[in-house]
Parts: sequence; C-alpha cells; structure tokens
Amino acid sequence: MVEARYRTAFRLYPYERSPDQDAASPARHPVVIVGGGPMGMALALDLGLRGVPALVLDDHEGAGAGSRAICFAKRTLEIADRLGAGEAMVRKGVVWNRGRVYRGTRAVYDFDLLPEADHKRPAFINLQQPYFEKFLVDQIRRRQAEGAPVEIRGRNRVTALDRRADGVALTVDTPDGPYRIEADRVVAADGANSPVRGMMGLGFGGRVFEDNFLIADIVMHADFPVERRFWFDPPFNRGQTALLHKQPDNVWRLDFQLGPGIDRAAEMDEGRIRERVRAMIGPDIGFDLEWTSIYTFRCCSMEHYRHGRVFFAGDAAHQVSPFGARGANGGMQDVDNLGWKLAMVVRGDAPESLLDTYHEERRAAADENIRASSRTADFLTPRSPAHALFRDAVLDLVEEFAFARPLVNSGRLSVPCIYAASSLNGADDAALPERTRPGAPLADAPVGDGWLLDRIGGAFTVLAINCAAPPGIAAVETVQAAPGSPLAARYLGQAPRAIYLIRPDQHVAARWQQASGAELGAALRTARGMT
Amino acid sequence: MTDLTTTPNIPDPDGFYAELLAAHDGCSAQETHALNARLVLILANHIGDRDVLGQALAAARGTGPDAREPER
Repeated sequence: MVEARYRTAFRLYPYERSPDQDAASPARHPVVIVGGGPMGMALALDLGLRGVPALVLDDHEGAGAGSRAICFAKRTLEIADRLGAGEAMVRKGVVWNRGRVYRGTRAVYDFDLLPEADHKRPAFINLQQPYFEKFLVDQIRRRQAEGAPVEIRGRNRVTALDRRADGVALTVDTPDGPYRIEADRVVAADGANSPVRGMMGLGFGGRVFEDNFLIADIVMHADFPVERRFWFDPPFNRGQTALLHKQPDNVWRLDFQLGPGIDRAAEMDEGRIRERVRAMIGPDIGFDLEWTSIYTFRCCSMEHYRHGRVFFAGDAAHQVSPFGARGANGGMQDVDNLGWKLAMVVRGDAPESLLDTYHEERRAAADENIRASSRTADFLTPRSPAHALFRDAVLDLVEEFAFARPLVNSGRLSVPCIYAASSLNGADDAALPERTRPGAPLADAPVGDGWLLDRIGGAFTVLAINCAAPPGIAAVETVQAAPGSPLAARYLGQAPRAIYLIRPDQHVAARWQQASGAELGAALRTARGMT
Repeated sequence: MTDLTTTPNIPDPDGFYAELLAAHDGCSAQETHALNARLVLILANHIGDRDVLGQALAAARGTGPDAREPER
C-alpha cells in the first residue's frame, strides 16, 4: 500500500508496474533519485540530457496541490533554460522586479531587484510550484521521446535503504506490494522531513522559530500592482507583518504573521481567514480561497550532504525560512551543482572525489542562505525588547533617510552563491571584474542577437573574448565584446581580452587575459577534481 | 585598519553633553530608548567603517557598571 499524503494538482506519472517488480534478483540502476519534487525532477532531467540513466521514485503520481514555493529567481530560470524548461515557466509566470515596503498604511520605500538591464531573464517570476514541477516533467517527457534515459515511477515509496560496500539496496513499496532494487548512487530529494535521512539516522540541526504564519492564496480580480508588497504593523494585522504577491491565474498570495502560541484550529477556520482577507483587500473585492496553510519554520542543515553513495539535495539537506525565496531556489542550485559531477563520475570522466565538492560547495551555499534567512526572521520577529527597539528605529528612519533602507530586512531575495573558496577554482586574474571571478555564476549579457547563457552550459566550455581560445578543449565560444558593451563590463573591465573556463553548471572555473594550452589543461584538471 | 578614536575628539564637550541631554528632555523612558536607537543608527551610518563600528560595540560592551573588571 502507498497511502497518499497530500492531494495532487497534476497527475503526471500514474503508477505502472515495472519489470523490476518481477525480476528474479534486484535490478541495478546507476542513479536512483528519491522524491519527484522540483529538485528530483530537475536532476533527473539534467542526468538524462547527459545520457546518464536516472530513475525517480516518487510516492505520489504528480505534483502536490497548493502553491507552496512561488518565487523563482533569475538563476533558477537560467538553470531551467539549460534544461529546456525555462521558457514555459517564464511564459506562465508573473514577472516582477519591484518590491514596496509599508509601515502601517504608509509606503516607506520601494526597490528594484534588478536595476541592471541586459539579462535574458527577469529577477523573479511568481509561479505556483505545481506548474514548476509540471514544466520539468513535460520537458522530461519530450526528452524521453528522443531517447533520454529517464524513468519516473509514481506511487513508489522507498521504505528501507541498506548501504553496502558495492551499492545501495532499496526496498520500494507500491500498490502491488514491495520490491527491491539496487543503486550505484542514491540522491535523496525527498523534502524537509526526508524519510531517507531518517532511515540513515542522520541529524538535522538548527534553529526552530516560534512564530506562526498564515498563507491564504486567493483568486480575485484586482488591479493591484504586480509588485511584492510587504507591511510592517498594518492596520489589518496590528503588531505583525503581512505580504501580498501576485501569481498566475489571478491567484494572490497573502501571508499574515500570526505570532507565537496561536490557536491553530481557530486560525484555520474558514470564516476567520475570510475575515482576515477582507480586512486586507477591502470589503468590495470578491475572492475565493484557493489554498490555506499555517506554517512555522526552522533553519536547519545536515552536517554532510554526501554519505558515501548517498547524496542529499534541496530541503532534505537544508531548510530555511521562506523569507527571501531561498528554499526552492537554493535547492535548484544544489542539483545544478550535483548533476554534472554525478554524470562525469558515473561515466568515468572524473575521480570519485569530485563528488565531495558537491558537499563542499553546496554546504557553504546553504550556510549563506540560512544566515540570510535567519537574519530576516530576526528582523520580522524581534526576540527581545532591544531587538524590537532597533527594528522600530530603522523603520522610524527609513522614510526620511535613505541610509536606513538597506537595514530594512523583509527578505534578502535569493541570489546564487559564489563558490569563492572552492577547491575546483583555478587561475584568476584580479584585473578582470570581480563579479565574474572563479566560483561565480556567469552573468548573462547580450551576444549577437541572443544571450550569453544560451550559448554556454552542459559541458566545460572556454569563453574567449576578443581573442582565440587556447587548444585543448572541444567546447569553445569565441565572442567579440565592444568597449562599453554589457559583455565587456561584466567580463573584461579595462582588459582588452579574456579567456574564461566555464563549468558545466555555468560557474566560472578559471580565467586569464592570456592562457596557454597547458594553463587551460591544468585548470580543467583542477575543475574536474583531479588534483 | 582605522582605529576607533578614544582620545578627546569633541570640541566644546560641555556644550555637546548639554545638547544630548536636551534632546531627551520630556521623553519617557521608552521614548529615550527609541531616540538613542535612532541616534546610534544615524551615527553608525556616518562612521561607515565596519572595523571602527566593531571596535565601538566592543568598547561599549566592555564598559559600565556590569562590565568585568579589566585584568591588571
């Protein structure tokens, strides 16, 4: 039996009996991904595109109902573009760049998330998580039809995991009863309550926050502006905060801070929720409740994201507060980081030790996300009279004095981590711009009639700007950057030319103003974990 | 690294002190706390130097009736 834990919004992979269930001895798979959420599906797609067989086991038959994660950041869209699913997301999503902060009823300041032009993708789109998952599965289906070795098994729940020297044995429950398979490697992308983590007896330490928040996603036809509106101490939620944000299909996310020690059942009462919504949007706008939920949050991380043949990604590895949209966006960067490394090691193109750098790089990123989201939580929910005093002082000053604006923390929105200290980083030339230093994700820029990021990714690539690439690598992008162009500003600074070695996940591995084939080769070995 | 200035640096110290007190005239305890918090933020922004601000915080924490006796 595999009981449903939640409703599904889209039924995408109905249970089908697999030949593995009738095999005399357990079938062996190179990579088994536990969990078919955004991270599991993105990783499966990435591996499939690289020709590495990926088997996804999910205990439901599609994307779970409820909007849940709604804010997807530019970097996530760039990753989705590399996987071929970005366009559908952006077409469906609501693009926004502007945030506005209120105190009481006064707008005290607003901000533009991406003041810089010349990027293909916007700073953020809002899109209900089920759509995000569906677009990934749609793309998997298209690629499967072309031969990508991805398999998704619905209503397949992993109930036991046995780590052996030569592999991992999994027991999987289905509507037809349990069966066993073996895996060379397992990726647990099974969410914040990760059953795999539990089966392995691994800890998940961190900080639990006492505050409660109510999400009410409503359907309404309102001409509110498409911006992230955030209130401190609004008249409709005195002493607390609130958030209003637009999603596709005329759905709006309303988020009310409730404080600690609430009566959960009373707050979830539909009449009570409707009353709160009316107080916020006014009495004249009709609406339907689409999805409601009360959440608390914690900021936690596993100690290690790799345990031999088992890897943890997304919420299974680390959990953050929702402020700043660092959960799903951070998770997408996990699988962006893990996909190419797994593929190279499975194919024998890189040593096993390359996989250790998944933990190295993504643990540092998770620490950064946890730090940022904990600081937001502390601003929104002062833990002592002194904390409240300074929070209020900041809000007192913000309207009149620009200097106070950077201190207001209603969420530090997800930006990709720069792996500045990564052991995979090679040579650097400090005369080149800091933003594209080794470890940094590529900054997009117009190239020809297209975009830089559409040209690079998937394989190690040399980007040669205003010069020829050194020999020794198959994938080369040679481009011209005119003085004063965005490309020159982001990659050359004052330098006349540059050579960048780019990793398959579009992060910079090394860069030079001039490089020999030997120097490039050395950086390539370092970036594949061969030192 | 710039060092926190800990030698006398305010011209007309008595005048400044009187002005500081006057700013708090008529304030309740709560209003006084709020005023001080705003003042700290305004001054901190003016200083702007993270090292100096760190030293100032350490100096403030290490002084006063509850501070540990300095080692001799």
